[in-house]
Amino acid sequence: MRCITEEAISDLVRRLCVEANLRLPDDVMAALQQARETETSPRGRWALDQIVQNAKIAEQEGLPICQDTGVVFCFVRLGQDAKIVADLESAINDGVRAAYTPFPFRASVLADPLRRDSNTGDNPPAIIHMRLAEGENLEITVAVKGGGSENAGAVWMLTPAAGPADVIRIVVERVKEQGGKWCPPGIIGVGIGGSMERAALLAKMALLRPLGKPHPEPAWAELEKSLLQAVNATGIGPMGLGGKVTALSVNVEYQPCHIASMPVAVAFDCHAARHATGVL
Amino acid sequence: MSADAPVELEMPCAREAIAALKAGQYVALSGQVYTARDAAHSRLRRAVEIGEEPPVPLEGRIIYYCGPTPAPPGRPIGSCGPTSSARMDPYLDLILSMGVVATIGKGNRSRQAREALVRHRAVYFVAVGGAGALLSQRVVAARVAAYEDLGPEAIYELTFDHMPLLVAYDAVGGTIFAGEEPLLGGGKNGA
Repeated sequence: MRCITEEAISDLVRRLCVEANLRLPDDVMAALQQARETETSPRGRWALDQIVQNAKIAEQEGLPICQDTGVVFCFVRLGQDAKIVADLESAINDGVRAAYTPFPFRASVLADPLRRDSNTGDNPPAIIHMRLAEGENLEITVAVKGGGSENAGAVWMLTPAAGPADVIRIVVERVKEQGGKWCPPGIIGVGIGGSMERAALLAKMALLRPLGKPHPEPAWAELEKSLLQAVNATGIGPMGLGGKVTALSVNVEYQPCHIASMPVAVAFDCHAARHATGVL
Repeated sequence: MSADAPVELEMPCAREAIAALKAGQYVALSGQVYTARDAAHSRLRRAVEIGEEPPVPLEGRIIYYCGPTPAPPGRPIGSCGPTSSARMDPYLDLILSMGVVATIGKGNRSRQAREALVRHRAVYFVAVGGAGALLSQRVVAARVAAYEDLGPEAIYELTFDHMPLLVAYDAVGGTIFAGEEPLLGGGKNGA
């Protein structure tokens, strides 16, 4: 059995946090450059010019892409044949600390969500989602997510009488309500089915799918296409300043659910859709 | 950056120069502003409630809704883009009544906030959210001015050099946002 040490896990999380905060994934950068070409509204282009230039400066100068260096989300796939010689949660949080304290990232986590009087100082705890997988590898995807995009998300428990048109309607209503607050044009993740909390997780996981890769099942890919068209028809545009590019992609994930239920969740990721993956 | 040349504005400036701005105009802002976000606003309100003076002079000043990352070596400040302004809507009337002439943030705001701007003849600028690395290059000096213990939520005094802004709401009720009607007397300046 393969052993994975605490140090190796912490170091991987540290490296992924730094990489995610300083360098946009290639697919996101390419989609933003494409959006700059597609966008016709002068204000939308004013925003996209700065957004594209910003990502280049961040990488060249080693400055965080956004001052909201976020809460760290860790999507972990643990091979069931690997042995973790560590407390996995502590190892991950140590990696977060090691990234946020020496590097000048912003500590953005409050210990008490209601009284709001004490910052955890070096940005733990990470939000950790763990799944078992085959094999003996440990794969971690780190996503750093700001408050603006996180605040835009929602979960609805629709009735089984609802259909695709209702899903499109509620997602578009949400997009209209949120305007420029989530820093469009970014990625919209939609999770359908499972349960209340699983729909939300599916929506989050949908944000991580590489851009330009539709859902493998044609009916769901079709829904993604209809959602993207409807979202971009709102005219909200880059940073809510008006224009035809509000989302770079709408990604849908689903799973079976109870005969009485239709959970639907939507999650938003800003144009600085920051994530990085590594394997031990 | 855009076909429309930005209006050059240097702080401090006469209130009239700010009140004359129109929704949809691009502005290159230079001079000093104060940052403040959720926690600093909450403290400012508490200070006023117990009859204390605000820790920084607000008359004629601009507030930037921003919580920067710490400064790397050799730089005045880290990434410093705008945060969502709507969260500060409950405090807007208060800070405007203390003399603030403009605020800078991102996204649209409540009708009550827009009415407060008109009442106080103040304006609201947007900067591009998520462009914190780029915008930090337009900051030439920074110091903590108050509430240092709040860390990123402290009040910083930033000195801008041609910070790229857009007038989103003007002092007479004009708006740039789709789906919002101008308030009485204001103009619509859609994209």
